[in-house]
Formats: sequence, C-alpha cells, structure tokens
Amino acid sequence: MLEIKDLNVRYGGIHAVRGIDMSVPQGSIITLIGANGAGKSSTLRAICNLVKKSGTISFMGEDISRLPTREIVKRGVSMVPEGRRVFADLTIYENLVLGAYTRKDESGIKNDIEWVYSLFPRLKEREKQLAGTLSGGEQQMLAVGRALMSRPKLLMMDEPSLGLAPLLVRDVFKIIQKIHEEGVTILLIEQNARMALKVADYAYVLETGAIALSGSGQELLQNQEVTRAYLGGV
Amino acid sequence: MTFELFLQHLINGISLGSLYALIAIGYTMVYGIVRLINFAHGDIIMLAAYFVFFGVGLFHMPWWLSALLSIVLTALVGMGIEKAAYKPLRDAPRISILISAIGVSFFLENFGIVVFGGRPQAFYSPKVFQGVIKLGNVSIINLGIIIPVITIILLMGLVYIVNNTRTGMAMRACSKDIDTAKLMGIDVDRIISFTFGLGSALAAVGGIMWGLKYPQLHPLIGIMPGLKCFIAAVVGGIGNIPGAMLGGFILGIGEILLVAFLPGLSGYRDAFAFIILILILLFRPTGILGEKVAEKV
Ligand SMILES: Nc1ncnc2c1ncn2[C@@H]1O[C@H](COP(=O)(O)OP(=O)(O)OP(=O)(O)O)[C@@H](O)[C@H]1O
Ligand SMILES: [Mg+2]
Repeated sequence: MLEIKDLNVRYGGIHAVRGIDMSVPQGSIITLIGANGAGKSSTLRAICNLVKKSGTISFMGEDISRLPTREIVKRGVSMVPEGRRVFADLTIYENLVLGAYTRKDESGIKNDIEWVYSLFPRLKEREKQLAGTLSGGEQQMLAVGRALMSRPKLLMMDEPSLGLAPLLVRDVFKIIQKIHEEGVTILLIEQNARMALKVADYAYVLETGAIALSGSGQELLQNQEVTRAYLGGV
Repeated sequence: MTFELFLQHLINGISLGSLYALIAIGYTMVYGIVRLINFAHGDIIMLAAYFVFFGVGLFHMPWWLSALLSIVLTALVGMGIEKAAYKPLRDAPRISILISAIGVSFFLENFGIVVFGGRPQAFYSPKVFQGVIKLGNVSIINLGIIIPVITIILLMGLVYIVNNTRTGMAMRACSKDIDTAKLMGIDVDRIISFTFGLGSALAAVGGIMWGLKYPQLHPLIGIMPGLKCFIAAVVGGIGNIPGAMLGGFILGIGEILLVAFLPGLSGYRDAFAFIILILILLFRPTGILGEKVAEKV
C-alpha cells in the first residue's frame, strides 16, 4: 500500500533520515521503533510532505512524493502528529470537523463524528469545550479521533501513548486494534516498543536515520539486541 | 464642556475608531497566520481611495459602483502583493519577509507619486454623506452615523465568517499551527490568500470612508493611519481579531477626546497613539486581549 524507497531527510547540516526503504502492506500494522532522535518522526513527516526530502514514496501504486500534504490526505493518508497538536482554542467538535476538512459528505461526517464519540465517549461529554482544556490523555484521544475523521486508508501515529498512564496506554492499544479491525492500515511509532511489537505484523528498527533491523513483531521481541536496546534489559 | 458637546466628540471619536478598527484587522489577521507585519497595509488604504477617485473622475462611473469595484480591486491587490512579495519568502528568515514588506510599502507610495501625481486631489463625496441629523442639541453629519453602522455590520460579518464557517475554522487552525492545519487537508496557501483579500477589502472600506471623512487625497495619505492602525492591533493584542477592533476604538476615541478636552495638546494628536503604544509595551506587552506567549507541550 505504501512503498518508500531511498528516503532521505536533511535539516541544514543534519542528515536525519539516511536512505530508508520501507513497505506497509494493506491491512497490516507496521511499527517503527528507535531511540530518541533516530529519525522516526522525520520519516512520517516526510511521507506527508511536511519536510523537504528526497526519494520516492508511493501510495496505492501512485507516486505521492511531490504532492502537497492536502492531496496526500485526500488520497487516504492521515497522521496523528507527535505531541497531540490539537487546536487548543477550537472546541472538540470543531477539531473533529477540521479532521474531515477534505470531505464534502455532510451526513457521512456527522455519522463519523458519532463513531469517534463511540470510540471515545469522554469526547462527547466535552463536545463544546475548548480542546486546550482537555487533559493530556483526552487530547491524545482527540488527536486520534481527529485523524480518523478523514476516513483514512492508512493511519500513521507518532507516539500515541506518549505521556499516558499505563492503564490508558493499554486503552490506546485496544483502540489501535479496533481501528485496524475496521480495515484501516496502521503505521505506528512507539516508545513503548514491547506493546508495539506485540501488535505489529512487521517492525523496523531505526538507528541514527537508517534501518538497523527489521522483522516480524515476534522475531524482534525475541531478538537479543532489540531486547537490550529497546525493551529494557534481558 | 456641555454634555451635548461631549456627545458630539464621542460620536466623532467612534467614527474615527471605526476606521482604525477596520484597518487594524488586516494587520492582525495577517500577523496571526503568517507572523508578518504587513507594512504595505497602510498604502492599501491609499490605493482604495484613489480607485474610487479614478472610477468617478476618469471612468465616470457612479460613486457606489466605483466604491464597490475599488473594494474588489483592493482585495485583489492585497492578494497579489502576498503572492509576489511574501509567498516566495515564506521559508526564508523572518527578517527577509519584513524587509520585503517595507519595500512593497515604499514601492506603492512612490508608484502613487509617479502615476497619480503628488498633488493633493479632492475626494468625491456624494451628498447623502454630507447631510446633518439633529438629535436634540446635538447635530451630527450623516457620515458620523454611517461610518460606525457600516463598520459594525462588517465586523459582525467578519466575526461570523471566522467563527462559523469552514474557511474561518481553517483560518483559526492556520493561525495556531500551520503544519497540523496541513495535515487536516487545509490548503494553507489558499487560506493565506483569502486572509490577505479579506483584510485588504476591509481596509479598502476603511480607506474609502477615510476619504469621505478627510477628503484630501495624496499618495502618502495611508502612512499615518497605517501606522496608527498597526499600533491599534498591537494595543489590542496582535493576532487577536476582537483585540484589533478594541484597539482601533480606543485609539480613535482617545485621540478625539484628547484634543477635545485638552485643546492645548491638539498638536500632539498623532503622538497619542504612540504614547498608548509605549504604555502598553511597558505594562502589558502582549496587548489588552493578547494571549500569554504560546507554550509548547
Ligand atoms: N526541524 C528540525 N530542524 C533541525 N533538526 C531537526 C528538526 N527536526 C528534527 N531534527 C533532528 O533530526 C533528528 C531526527 O529527529 P526526529 O524528530 O525524526 O527523531 P525521532 O526519532 O522522532 O525522536 P523522538 O523519539 O525523540 O521523537 C534529530 O537529531 C533532530 O534533532
Ligand atoms: Mg519523534
């Protein structure tokens, strides 16, 4: 579904992503793990064309590497950015409506808002509240809900469990699986490597901008190097 | 000072404040999204007034049609300036785009001098605006009522657009977080262009009404109101639309009342805005309705 070839991202002198090849098959959950500064976020931002890059990116067989972000979103790619980035002085409802900015089907949008509310009942109670007044966890739910509002074929999530209490992290993973069961392909960046690898069909380990290792979630869970570097000990 | 006289001054202040408010909004909206002080905004006012002048004088169009065309044309000029002078510099260091804005401002002023001529011209003012209404002992020139009424209608329209339409929502999103706005599928270029168009159209209305109120036209006419309205936007809290309205009214009313109560200071009339600016910068640098510096989580 998504094919990345020889992706490079440079910020001035910093070569943040160095020639990555990646593939995200339709219907899969793919995860990207790696230390801080490894280039995970840069990779996702490059896919959405939010940063200057070189290389080719194709989605559903079409080259999207030169398309403006909105065209990529229109084709079915959606992203939950790192650090939530909800629109703090817009209401929760308005945030969700903006998530559907590329769509024109009023009634479909209404239904999907209800669908998001059913995934996150907390948001419905606070519909008219400014997003900035939500707790961190609630903002994260809103960011995920907002990304779903474009009815993506591919949902990319940049550390959706960041800063959440362990119980909430479990909820986030449940939601991820639920979204996946609805037919959405998922590309996930996670600090919580163990949980990510458990749900992932395939995983890439990024080290200083290059792919150091890749394999199925199960393989990597058993890999000693990965265990030592990312899963905290033996 | 009698109450009637005070009322007269107040109404005068409100209509000057209306003009400031209309023009200040353009500064604040553009700053909100592109973080740019559009120095050319003041000169836009001058263009709008000249468009009406030529529409009536050169092309013999009815006044109202000239005014309407002027608003449209001015909006297009505002959008054109953004496309030509600011958009190519959007990723450049902030100072480049600021210098570009100053350049556009000088260009428009000198363009005005060369093409329109440096000699002051009389602005046409249809009779409807000149009549006088008497309310008890207070007599008000029609314009003194018309300006605030038109302003209030336009401001309400603007608030409606910003708060209740898809485009308005997109504008608010862009002013907070351009990258995330892009991720929503918003065409940020289009929103920026629309913002320049809208701000310029409001400034055009301000400029035309300015011409009616002070019917002497010359190519540098936009400089002082431009500066004061920029100050109004800062006083209200730059980036904040209700703030710009408030700042405009404070400056307009304050300026007129200062002259009314302290006629000895009337020579300092133009200094009033700057004094307010200094006070605000000293005691509330973010402006009256401005937010605290945005915190990044
Ligand atoms: N806008 C930028 N300008 C300059 N350098 C940047 C920019 N964004 C990221 N970098 C650098 O690029 C490298 C990769 O950053 P990136 O955000 O992709 O890492 P990451 O893997 O997402 O890390 P984390 O786990 O901390 O989120 C880092 O060294 C970072 O300092
Ligand atoms: Mg990151």
